[in-house]
Amino acid sequence: MNTKRIVYLMLNEAGIGLVLVLLCFLFSYFVPAFASINNISNIFTQISINTVIAVGMTFVILLGGIDLSVGSVLALCTILAGLVITEKSLPPGSAIFLAVLASMAAGMACGLFNGWVCERWKIHSFVVTLGMLNMARGAALQVSGSRTIFSFPRAFNSFGTLSCFGIPVIFMMAILLVAVGHFILEKTVFGRMIYAIGNNEEAVRLSGHNTKIYKVAAFVICGATVGMAAILYMLRLNIASPILGNGFELSAIAAVVIGGTSMSGGKGSLMGTLFGAAIIGVLNNGLLLLGMSDFARQIVTGAIIVGAVVLDTYRAKLSLTLS
Amino acid sequence: MEPDILSIRNLSKYFPGVRALSDVSLSVRKGEVHVLVGENGAGKSTLIKIICGIYAPDGGTMVLAGDPYSPRTPREAIDKGIRVVYQEFNLLSYLSVAENIFFDRLPRRGGIWVDRKKLFRDAVETLRRVGLDVDPWAPVELLGVAQMQLVEIAKAVSSKCRVLILDEPTATLSPGEISRLFEIIRTEKRQGLTVIYISHHLKEIYEIGDRITVLRNGELVGTKKTEEIDIPRIVSMMVGRQMDAEYPFMDSPEPTDEPLLEVKGLRIASSPHEISFHLKKGEILGISGLVGSRRTETVRAVFGADKKFGGSVSLEGRLLNVASPGDAVREGICLLTEDRKSQGLVLDMSVEANISLAALDKFSRLGLIDKKKERAAAENMATELAIKTPSMLQLTRNLSGGNQQKVVLAKWILRDARVLIFDEPTRGIDVGAKYEIYLLLWRLLAEGKGIVIVSSDLNELVGICHRIVVFSNGAVSGEVLRRDFQQEKILEYAYRVSHEGSDAE
Repeated sequence: MNTKRIVYLMLNEAGIGLVLVLLCFLFSYFVPAFASINNISNIFTQISINTVIAVGMTFVILLGGIDLSVGSVLALCTILAGLVITEKSLPPGSAIFLAVLASMAAGMACGLFNGWVCERWKIHSFVVTLGMLNMARGAALQVSGSRTIFSFPRAFNSFGTLSCFGIPVIFMMAILLVAVGHFILEKTVFGRMIYAIGNNEEAVRLSGHNTKIYKVAAFVICGATVGMAAILYMLRLNIASPILGNGFELSAIAAVVIGGTSMSGGKGSLMGTLFGAAIIGVLNNGLLLLGMSDFARQIVTGAIIVGAVVLDTYRAKLSLTLS
Repeated sequence: MEPDILSIRNLSKYFPGVRALSDVSLSVRKGEVHVLVGENGAGKSTLIKIICGIYAPDGGTMVLAGDPYSPRTPREAIDKGIRVVYQEFNLLSYLSVAENIFFDRLPRRGGIWVDRKKLFRDAVETLRRVGLDVDPWAPVELLGVAQMQLVEIAKAVSSKCRVLILDEPTATLSPGEISRLFEIIRTEKRQGLTVIYISHHLKEIYEIGDRITVLRNGELVGTKKTEEIDIPRIVSMMVGRQMDAEYPFMDSPEPTDEPLLEVKGLRIASSPHEISFHLKKGEILGISGLVGSRRTETVRAVFGADKKFGGSVSLEGRLLNVASPGDAVREGICLLTEDRKSQGLVLDMSVEANISLAALDKFSRLGLIDKKKERAAAENMATELAIKTPSMLQLTRNLSGGNQQKVVLAKWILRDARVLIFDEPTRGIDVGAKYEIYLLLWRLLAEGKGIVIVSSDLNELVGICHRIVVFSNGAVSGEVLRRDFQQEKILEYAYRVSHEGSDAE
């Protein structure tokens, strides 16, 4: 029984952290270049965008929903922000400010649509966001005339490569977002409601709360993080394109699930999500350095996702037998 | 004397920090109805789960009909002739009655195809045996609770079942349905079936039981023949102390004359009738009626949990607009739902979070939860209601039924509602916890609140209410004051088809 207890603890957030540490240790042992400051800084950059989207995705999944549209919405956000930022009639400063605003607003509007349709007609978010996946991608292509937008203000482009003691600024922003999200989930009434509704919506409703508002809000939050991620992505690539973000929804969902958040809702944490995103990033980077091909890496990453879900069900079982 | 069919020797089961069963021995004789009683958390469910192969015991042995018996899976237990009918049924609601009865042994034709003719014949025969008159091809979801239960029993008796375990079989049945169930049990008993019967209704035990085994805190208190023991003695064996009366306040103060809640001409989805009743300050109003009389639907509509299709609800003469539970809670009306696990509690959250769930605004500023204040309030409620939990952070799932119910009560008391509507507040709860809940109701009355209690337990209503409103077929069919309380009178109203109802049908 005692060993079971230890396994149980390991499988919780602490365990995901341990897996991450173990992975880093293994990679730095087999590939010396892995632990170089340069490479670590690289990994930080690579996981930033997924982390930001995964924060929003965590809110949605904690409520038992899912958002498949984040990748296409991100593309739409970059296009709208790109159009604003390259508007010649605006001074660069206000162009950048308005571009950020446009990106966030577009993301939140898509989230509001997702959440509202789900709640108004009681449709599962899988279906609604699958529709949004197509709509947003189409809109991005339509608005941009399927052209890539570039030549952003210099100030904007140089901010993207800024780093402080080897830590990229966009990674710091991602971490800040995780911290804010964690605070919301742990300390606020809103966070308490997210967990409670994810566990038993009917009980929360019958306790006198309007659960629909919270569920819609989670999608709006998810849209807002996509809007942020779009700006970060533009900072990194210095372009805006309607074909960006393909498959981002899967990476974000993978990060959330590997991080131990239950797909049926109610259980999980943003710390776990951060670790989940880091594990995906470290794996991708390390396997690449090991000389593994693109395709082989995809196989490994996929297997890890399945493994994480298997672990999750095992953990659920354990916590039942232990209680 | 009949030989033992199942003997249990020194069975023990431990969970981390809990001794669920310790050294329990008992023997069940062939063809008897063996009643198992005990408070929630006494170890009844653990014992049953070991017998039917869900848990493996940590110590002890079992012998079934002379052979050593240690099932590793529920399947193995079923193959050896042990069947359980749980409170929550195990039926496939979209499949037919016939398919449900023979689900694990459908008659085959050519190895692959289901022999529907034989299935039909077998089903008809089995249904006749348990006295259930339904179309074997009807989907189970269309049946009522009592009928579903009979399907479960049909499932058991049509297999080579030797020991049938019934877990609280009468909790949701009306008196008529109960006596029919007992008739079936007696018939099957004569044909050699052994029944282990779990119940909180002590009166039933005398109607149906041959011997009684009492468990307390995971230990065996004793096994007695039914005729050798009376109810007070069983109760004191269960709780380990003497209790003065089943209902503590037969002579509680009379209610005031001030009206508190007034429901006028309420229309609900499932009834064509208009429903009206009122509640006075300091009054306990009982709502009685058979299963299906729309008692629950009515109180849910008053609370705003389900849609109203007309009528008005007013509080202290002020007309309310209650369109959602949120509106009701703001006005000071609360509803303790019938099913605490699926509707009353967030099982996988802490005791503390559940207690504060309806009153979070009291412990928060600008959306931030003041956890210290919340903890203090929760601890305060836990002491006041004597909620037994190792800590405020314990998951509510891990508490016993009685303590879970107290957590729901704590939630509403903390909300400080003026009208408390309790739907089956003591269902599935042991005598000791029931008593404590009654005492609590009394205290709430003294604070000038009004209480509505919906209950299937007529004894309970007669024992604690000032006035009882009786429902029948979605309409109020009668009202009885305490001085006129007679069970016969109430039952007569309950069985009466309301005047409008007879027109409609």
